[in-house]
Amino acid sequence: MTITVNGRDYPVHEAQGEMRLIQFIREDLDLTGVKNACDIGACGACTLLVDEQPMRICTTRVKDVAGHRVLTIEGLRGDGGGLHPLQQAFIDAGAIQCGFCTPGMVLTAHALLLHHARPSRAEIRRAIYTNLCRCTGYQQIVDAIEAAAVCYEQIPHGIPETLNPRP
Amino acid sequence: MADVIPGAWRNDAIAKVTGRTKYADDLKFVNMVYAAPVYSDFVHARLIAVHTENAERAEGVVRVLTARDVPGANRYGQIVHDFRVFADDKIRYHGDVVALVIAHTRDQAIRAADLVRVEAEPLPAVLDPEEALREGAPLVHEDHGTNLINTHRVRRGDVESGFRSSDLVIEEHFETQFVEHAYMEPEVAVCRVRDDGVVEVHGSMQHPFSTRRFVSALLGMPLSEVEVIGTPMGGGFGGKDDTAAIVCARAALAAKLTGVPVKLMYRRDWSIRESYKRHPYRVSYKMGLTRDGMIKAVQCRIVADGGAYCSVTPWVTWRSTVQCCGPYDVPNVHCDTFGVYTNNIVTGAMRGFGSPQMNFVVDSMIEIVANRLNIPALDIRRKNMVKQGSVTITGQALDDHTVAMGQVLDTVVKEFDYETKLARCAHGKGDEEEQYGVGLAMSYRGVSLGAEGVDFCAAMINVQADGSVLVETGIHENGQGAESAMVLLTAQELGIRKERVRYRRASTSVIPDSGTTVASRGTIMGGGAVVLAAKELRQKMACVAAHMLQCSAESIIFRDERLMAEGNGNAVTFDQTVEEMFRRKQFPHAFGVFQAPNVTWDEDHGQGKAYFTWVYGCQAVELTVNRTTGKVSLLNAIAAHDVGRAVNREMLEGQFFGGMAMGIGYALHEELVLDGGRIVNTNLNTYRIPRSLDVPEMKAIIVENPDPHSPSGAKSIGEPTNELMAPAVANAIHNATGVRHHRLPIRPGGTSTRARMRKSVGG
Repeated sequence: MTITVNGRDYPVHEAQGEMRLIQFIREDLDLTGVKNACDIGACGACTLLVDEQPMRICTTRVKDVAGHRVLTIEGLRGDGGGLHPLQQAFIDAGAIQCGFCTPGMVLTAHALLLHHARPSRAEIRRAIYTNLCRCTGYQQIVDAIEAAAVCYEQIPHGIPETLNPRP
Repeated sequence: MADVIPGAWRNDAIAKVTGRTKYADDLKFVNMVYAAPVYSDFVHARLIAVHTENAERAEGVVRVLTARDVPGANRYGQIVHDFRVFADDKIRYHGDVVALVIAHTRDQAIRAADLVRVEAEPLPAVLDPEEALREGAPLVHEDHGTNLINTHRVRRGDVESGFRSSDLVIEEHFETQFVEHAYMEPEVAVCRVRDDGVVEVHGSMQHPFSTRRFVSALLGMPLSEVEVIGTPMGGGFGGKDDTAAIVCARAALAAKLTGVPVKLMYRRDWSIRESYKRHPYRVSYKMGLTRDGMIKAVQCRIVADGGAYCSVTPWVTWRSTVQCCGPYDVPNVHCDTFGVYTNNIVTGAMRGFGSPQMNFVVDSMIEIVANRLNIPALDIRRKNMVKQGSVTITGQALDDHTVAMGQVLDTVVKEFDYETKLARCAHGKGDEEEQYGVGLAMSYRGVSLGAEGVDFCAAMINVQADGSVLVETGIHENGQGAESAMVLLTAQELGIRKERVRYRRASTSVIPDSGTTVASRGTIMGGGAVVLAAKELRQKMACVAAHMLQCSAESIIFRDERLMAEGNGNAVTFDQTVEEMFRRKQFPHAFGVFQAPNVTWDEDHGQGKAYFTWVYGCQAVELTVNRTTGKVSLLNAIAAHDVGRAVNREMLEGQFFGGMAMGIGYALHEELVLDGGRIVNTNLNTYRIPRSLDVPEMKAIIVENPDPHSPSGAKSIGEPTNELMAPAVANAIHNATGVRHHRLPIRPGGTSTRARMRKSVGG
């Protein structure tokens, strides 16, 4: 069995398949951007994208994503390998405080904008309803996502380049 | 990114938005083992024995620790040393920890924790603070002789004559709930013993120096042999002080006794079960006014449930006492406050620190009396609020800073078009299904610790030989952007680009103990120390530059990365000056100490200069309440706060929005449900903090009146923003429905938190 994380294939043996996905990503792959905060799928800090859809992985097994494309925050980058425009928008809008929800929040927003180029503020709020933030009151997060939307209009239909970054 | 005006800046933003920030749970050390706490199911019991043999034999277990293994002081605390790091005589609440299991993996530690057996004799529990004060109530701490933790009082004028000269006297009763901080990152500690014998602590805590004291006490080691390293923290809100320090102390003990690095990462349910909360208050509040709305007297009785250990209950309740009349000038005041031990969850510091409860009471009262007197509440506020030169209820003259109460109130009223909106309110009349209401609340707040404690802070600026700059303070980055504020102030004061300045993450072994990063004191105290350090550094550099430029040191100004002689415009660069200093065997290094101006307090009469300066804030909200379901929909909210001076505007605004959202949770959603002393909602599915759709669009208005006591001019923002939404929402709901709510959280539909939980779990 193989899982694809940030464009790179990882062979997974059967015992590993039973592991919690969050443990595999954080401890075996050392991708610690994904956070463990509630263990029950209530807070969204563990959100990754699986085939471009947000998934809360604290209750997921490795085998559940075998054969699928997983994107973690470490795999999100802009043209030329720098910050993705969405990440830059989070910085510019002041949407980051403690930062613990930020990776999951950015990925949830990324999935929204991939499928919905010009969401209203209400639609943005609905999309990030799954992700808790205790610091920001969401105001500047909504600002950031709204500002970044324009950058997604140029993305051609299909799998965006950012989902298949070079390993 | 043409649509975004680059403006917001923080030094840790890129690392956070790319997932590169290493929080405590992201750290790994070679040979690291894992720990898990062991609880019992008792709420109050005499401890007979903790049987660890079965756990010790379980797969992967390295060792199981109990109170017997503590080489130093197992009992510790910030005020009273009554916290048990491990239960040693009794179980006093459901979150008491009896043992710590250390194993090769976290899962092994968690599994083995179930095998520890606690032998104890159950005792009757006392779960109501009023009952706890009665004669014959079970004692939580027998050696203390009473369940009373502390009292505070205010005595001003003569309330009896004040009530006699009043045309209206009203007494009302209010209740508030237990509230969880719900920082996104649960408690974590990673500890190791270094080769030099020093115990090194990395952890999620907002008070490295307090953590060091807890660790040092538990291990029986001097402060110099414990080094707490500031670690990026996933939120604190006042909640990562005592409990976080105890978690670090347990991990440090485990590391010391096993000789290998230990990680102790809390599960959310452990965090909610064990960590201290915001105090529930019961307040009886009697107010007397003249017919034209002048407040003549206030008498109040405040009872705070302190839970099983003292924590900082005496300090929290002191602020409530000092601010028990809100921002109103009341000539006759009689306030009695009681902090009480019970067998409930411990309560302690949380953003606001005793003010959110009292502001809910006071600013609800203002509108209750306004309705009874048939006078606009705004008039009562304006007539009675503190003004320039007013004297507070504790006898402090507000004459040495700008008293901006009227300014922030007028700002909100104008910007929110408050009076037009007020005229539209439904008051429960008409037949609209969505009943419209708008509400407002205002407060003043003493800045920093006040007479709670010794208040001073250190900063170091250390310019390197290449002209790059390191700054460091005794203030901790909790997520609020403290480091970024210090960098910006350093750059401003030295006339250099912020890119030149790097914040050196503090270690308790380098910067002096500057107290805890609480009480909205980070910017005023840390920033004050930075400004004073920069002043000292400027003097040193100016002497050298004056020599280079053949002018007087006093005429040197620091601007655009240069040191210029005022008048003739001759200049040397910052780098050239630094280079010349090193050549002259002088370090471009400075140490700044900001000592808070003196405050005074007479506990017997509750009088004194409680705080060295004050901040002023006003918030308003508009909403609808569904007539059938009681569902509250928030439409818009606004806040104006006098912050002294804005250092980092977007981060300031973030404090506004975050504080308002947390206040909305306090008003409408959040409540820990306890069943016989056991918390029922121990995770974020049932303990409901606001989500994106629960908060409205918000507007932040920054009011600036630089404070003469603050070297940087800046004051506070973290807590003021969190203390007003509950009364504003309560007043708006009253204006929408005609119903006054005396209890938080407000549920116009009458659904209890318990019923909501059943629905959310079932659905």
